Amino acid sequence: MLNQFTISDLAARLARREVSAREVMQSCLDQITRVDGKLHAFISHNDADALAQAEAADKLLARAGRDASRPLLGVPVAIKDVIAVKDQPLNCGSKILGRYVSPYDATVIEKLRAAGAIVFGRLNMDEFAMGSSTENSAFGITRNPWDPARIPGGSSGGSAAAVAADETIAALGSDTGGSIRQPAALCGCVGLKPTYGRVSRYGLVAFASSLDQIGTFTKSIQDAATMLNVISGHDSRDSTSVRQPVPNYAAALDGSSPDGPTIKGLKLGLPKEYLVGGLDAEVKAAMDAAVQQLGKLGAEIVEISLPHTDYAVATYYIIATAEASANLARFDGIRYGARVDGADPIELYGRTRGAGFGAEVKRRIILGTYVLSSGYYDAYYLRAQKVRTLIRNDFLKAFEKVDAIVTPTSPTAAFKIGEKSDDPLQMYLSDIFTISCNLAGICGVSLPCGFTPSPKLPIGLQLLGKPFGEEIILRFGHAYEQSTPWHKQKPLL
Amino acid sequence: MAAVETPINREHAQSGVDVKYVAHLARLALTPDEEEKLAAQLGNILGYVGKLKELDVTSVEPTAHAVPMVNVARPDEIHPSLPHDDALRNAPAKANGLFIVPKIVE
Repeated sequence: MLNQFTISDLAARLARREVSAREVMQSCLDQITRVDGKLHAFISHNDADALAQAEAADKLLARAGRDASRPLLGVPVAIKDVIAVKDQPLNCGSKILGRYVSPYDATVIEKLRAAGAIVFGRLNMDEFAMGSSTENSAFGITRNPWDPARIPGGSSGGSAAAVAADETIAALGSDTGGSIRQPAALCGCVGLKPTYGRVSRYGLVAFASSLDQIGTFTKSIQDAATMLNVISGHDSRDSTSVRQPVPNYAAALDGSSPDGPTIKGLKLGLPKEYLVGGLDAEVKAAMDAAVQQLGKLGAEIVEISLPHTDYAVATYYIIATAEASANLARFDGIRYGARVDGADPIELYGRTRGAGFGAEVKRRIILGTYVLSSGYYDAYYLRAQKVRTLIRNDFLKAFEKVDAIVTPTSPTAAFKIGEKSDDPLQMYLSDIFTISCNLAGICGVSLPCGFTPSPKLPIGLQLLGKPFGEEIILRFGHAYEQSTPWHKQKPLL
Repeated sequence: MAAVETPINREHAQSGVDVKYVAHLARLALTPDEEEKLAAQLGNILGYVGKLKELDVTSVEPTAHAVPMVNVARPDEIHPSLPHDDALRNAPAKANGLFIVPKIVE
């Protein structure tokens, strides 16, 4: 089935004209029709627009053939509902945006289009990307393709479920504390969070501006590299994007070096603080086996220490909520979205926001406002920013000794729908292994490394790299993936 | 699957937060039910994040931003921006090319 292909498989077949982009797109839409009633990965999708883009891609393929400047020509890519696509709805999984339609394309969307991709669909998510389970969407929950009684992870649960269920070839998501890597792990696909500043965030609705980053969901590491090449680079419209040359990530994997893709002699750090506490035994066993495999492939495994790991979740929930409380002030019913009238502007703001935001968003706005409020700023916010320095220094020090760090992505496999929804703190702690990466501003990728035996649920391996060290983590990931069967397994739907 | 250990500071959980006041600062109208539930939940969360007090941070500089960059500026030149109609496209109330808002000055 065409919808199961990777980008690299499709590229070759499209180039040989064995398949058409229209057939590929139709195959994804057919799969959506077949399974999305059960999964609800998509909030909406415009089939006519998607097929028209596919036909345009076929015309270009017929006329000019495939060339290196359009590595995604004819490849369907679905988009998390937090990234602006011109003339498409944008809701961030919330009621508060009403019938908002984006007046412009995000930079990443412009780049996808320039690379020939078919940009389609709005993928479900926790409201304003706040959550770890995709249970907080105003548009209903998304289910895990491996077991519909379980959550797909979050906040980019729609993106992960859609890729894992072959409803699209690839997808975009956003990651503030693990929102790409954790759902990728729980659904069994590859989720890449690039370094802060690697990818422009122009057109991404802001949650926590010092942590947010756009990234990719794919069916292989090779595809993640291809996507990263397309979306990376400095953008004058995002002053936090960095003027750092974009290497050829895909070429770094595909054997263009004389030795082929090798990790021989590279040092891989194993942080002792990540292998304690609430780590599930089955996850730990899969992780241990993966580390052993990476050792067999030539990596030198080195035990390291990230001593402030235990403070990461607390630091994150102060900084992220503080930034969110400021960023979400713009949703006040004046310039866009649904408005609830009031006698004066203050009442209008309060009513609009009270009616428009869901419970988790309210909780975080209140927490963020509290930690920034007079009398508490130094005790909470400033202190958290200082602990952030300690966490970042832990990583920079570790990277003096190792080329990358390996950890589990999530302490458990997918949990059941409703299991943690009444206990916000338990939910926050499910991000315990992914959060430090955002605080430190480094890059990370999650890839499949096994399954729990019964029920069969995917387990994810996380590789963390230096700032702008995506080449190295992708090389580790590629070597591991090519020597293991996990990424080829598909959920029964 | 094992649950992650959750240290909860009971004292803080009971003392609670003045949610009504914070909600006013956040311009967020809450129902009495929401206020009550949030007070308890925030007490738990603040009890947990209170663990940061264990660390000595006296000589540590705060990190506002993970990538060291300062004062990103561009030349002061006019660039094309979003057309007026597009900027107003999603407004809940508009007239004559302007947003309509409630009366601010008597």
